Amino acid sequence: MGAVRTAVIGVGQTRHVAARHDVSIAGLVREAAFEALADAGMDFGDIDAVVVGKAPDTFEGVVMPELYLADALGAVGKPLLRVHTAGSVGGSTAIVAAKLVMAGVHKRVLTVSFEKQSESNAMWGLSVAMPFSAPLVAGAGGYFAPLIRAYIARSGAPRHIGHLVAVKDRLSALRNPKAHLHLPDIDLKTVEESFLLWDPLRYLDVCPSSDGAMALVIGAEDVADAAPGPAAWIHGTAMRSEPTMFAGRDQINPQAGRDCAADVYAQAGITNPREDLDCAEVYVPFSWYEPMWLENLGFCPDGDGWKLTEAGATAFDGDIPWNPSGGVLSSNPIGASGMIRFGEAAQQVRERAGDYQVPLKTGLALGHAYGGGSQFFSMWVVGNKKPA
Amino acid sequence: MRDVAVISFAQETARNDRERNEVEFIIPSVQGAVRASGLARADIGFTISGSCDYLSGGPFTFVAGLDAAGAWPPIKESHVEMDAAWALYEAWVAIQTGDVDSALIYGFGKSSLGDTHSIFTLQTDPYSVAPLWPSMVDLAALQASALFAEGDVTERDLAEISARSLRDARSNPYAIASEDVDADALLRRPITHAPLRDADIAPITDGSAAIVIAAAEVARDVCSRPAWIRGIDHRIDAPHIGVRDLTTSASTRTAGEEAGALQGGFEVAELHAQFSHDEIVLRGALGLGDDVRINPSGGALGANPMMAAGLIRIGEVANRIISGEIGRGLAHATQGPCLQQNLVCVLEGE
Repeated sequence: MGAVRTAVIGVGQTRHVAARHDVSIAGLVREAAFEALADAGMDFGDIDAVVVGKAPDTFEGVVMPELYLADALGAVGKPLLRVHTAGSVGGSTAIVAAKLVMAGVHKRVLTVSFEKQSESNAMWGLSVAMPFSAPLVAGAGGYFAPLIRAYIARSGAPRHIGHLVAVKDRLSALRNPKAHLHLPDIDLKTVEESFLLWDPLRYLDVCPSSDGAMALVIGAEDVADAAPGPAAWIHGTAMRSEPTMFAGRDQINPQAGRDCAADVYAQAGITNPREDLDCAEVYVPFSWYEPMWLENLGFCPDGDGWKLTEAGATAFDGDIPWNPSGGVLSSNPIGASGMIRFGEAAQQVRERAGDYQVPLKTGLALGHAYGGGSQFFSMWVVGNKKPA
Repeated sequence: MRDVAVISFAQETARNDRERNEVEFIIPSVQGAVRASGLARADIGFTISGSCDYLSGGPFTFVAGLDAAGAWPPIKESHVEMDAAWALYEAWVAIQTGDVDSALIYGFGKSSLGDTHSIFTLQTDPYSVAPLWPSMVDLAALQASALFAEGDVTERDLAEISARSLRDARSNPYAIASEDVDADALLRRPITHAPLRDADIAPITDGSAAIVIAAAEVARDVCSRPAWIRGIDHRIDAPHIGVRDLTTSASTRTAGEEAGALQGGFEVAELHAQFSHDEIVLRGALGLGDDVRINPSGGALGANPMMAAGLIRIGEVANRIISGEIGRGLAHATQGPCLQQNLVCVLEGE
């Protein structure tokens, strides 16, 4: 960790929906930015630097759109960075912004991530046939479904576990007015009867495609102390990457995820994440990734992730709520989804999560994102008390 | 702030390469920079790259780049969708946090895979400008026209810059355009994008570059003469060229101020001038006099691998410091239409 204590002091996000035909990309990101700035008691003039994140530019058809967004985000005359680390990008972007403050380079940084998926089609944006490469034409679901089947074979998990997550996260989303999907009638039967996309994933096991943006204002200790609202202090940040494919790679329980979690827990003084955290906002775009990441993130021994899900431990009223906001399964503007996890973790420790606020005991929460072929990981731990 | 230095640099360029993919292009740069750094790959704390998906026409070009960078066991790694000069900036910040003491930075772009000049049209406002398809050369020509309209810049000024760059590029083994030519000869050639001639426009280049930077305690251990980063800053201008004064570069000026570049004293400046008139705009913004040697490598008019060419400017200056040839130099990187976003880095020997 850097010498400068750093905190999230402003959080803003759009209401996530399938298509925002009423605003441009600039209009979309400004909604999130204004809300975060108002939360921090600031305006663009107070901001030292802006960090923008989003997933591939093919999703909107704009090359390096942060260039076009420079004035919309109040960045003219300032430093502007653009992060792209695949699905983990929302988390990575928040970490890059936090490091600018931790390093003592800046005091107040605005970071914004977005995806306006209605401008294009993410499934096919992910499936372009690349020169020199065999085309997969599979989208993300087609890529991850075989890994899920391998997890089921390895762990012996019953086939309904994924559906339990699909129901749980959508019920949590009913408490979150900004979530894309509000499905009050969802139950195990409707998930089981939704059509099969990629075995074992049924339609309701899969995240939606959303237009949305997320913004955070990150400040140095003196700025956070003077902020009008509560601070979410950053107790640890970590990123890890590994190659997509090589012989012997464990794609179900990747080493990069384990290493990343170990790093961020060590920084935050966490020895038992299930007990030491009040909740976790974890990147679960396909329902089965909850039990898989429960194991990868050390919330239980290998092979037991599905048992926590089945026992209700990760439910809103469970002992370790996962994705009380409704998670990626309920809102998925891809480039923003990681930052939404990081920001929702911050809102929990700021006690600003409204109807989906969990009770605080330790005052610590985990934000997590992953991307690529389960190979890029970014995580942070935030708390309601200053780090030691 | 911790003292941080460039300790090694390597690059690879080609014109219209049909033999190698991006990964194969990155390998010589990464291996060259790591070997020259004196550090073991596993001892380099942070890895970061800069690239643009649209150059290869698909998502996640940088993902395969990990195969060239080496990422097993898992590494601390990030990526910017920017010229890799900005990746170097992020690496410098990572070292400032104290989390790591060294970093490998690489950038790459195979511009020959598509129509680069049109691809970068898609950097403009997607609702009002991009549908008109102004190419990046068309937009640059507007900037040159703005300079001409002021009355101080002539076609001959541009031709002198192009001729000097092409002559200097002859001594750079990584230049893909070079020629023993003078301004008179260039002025007899046709204007292709009024008021620009082909020699005023950087050549479409495939390439990669890699740099290793390290904090003082590491740099002094492995490098006899590190190229110290005395200042580094970057700024952006408004996207709409109608609200900017195209005859100057406010963002370059501010970045230069913040990086401590306006005190001068440079023997060499490597400016990322993708068009001959860019050099005039940048020299003015940075206050560089005739005593500063501009782009002795030939600059971007000799080779301009997109997403690496800005990092190469830093590497070219650093190499001249590491070799003992110069004591203080300036490096500049740009991206976006008409020099929209600019980075300035001041480098010095001991």
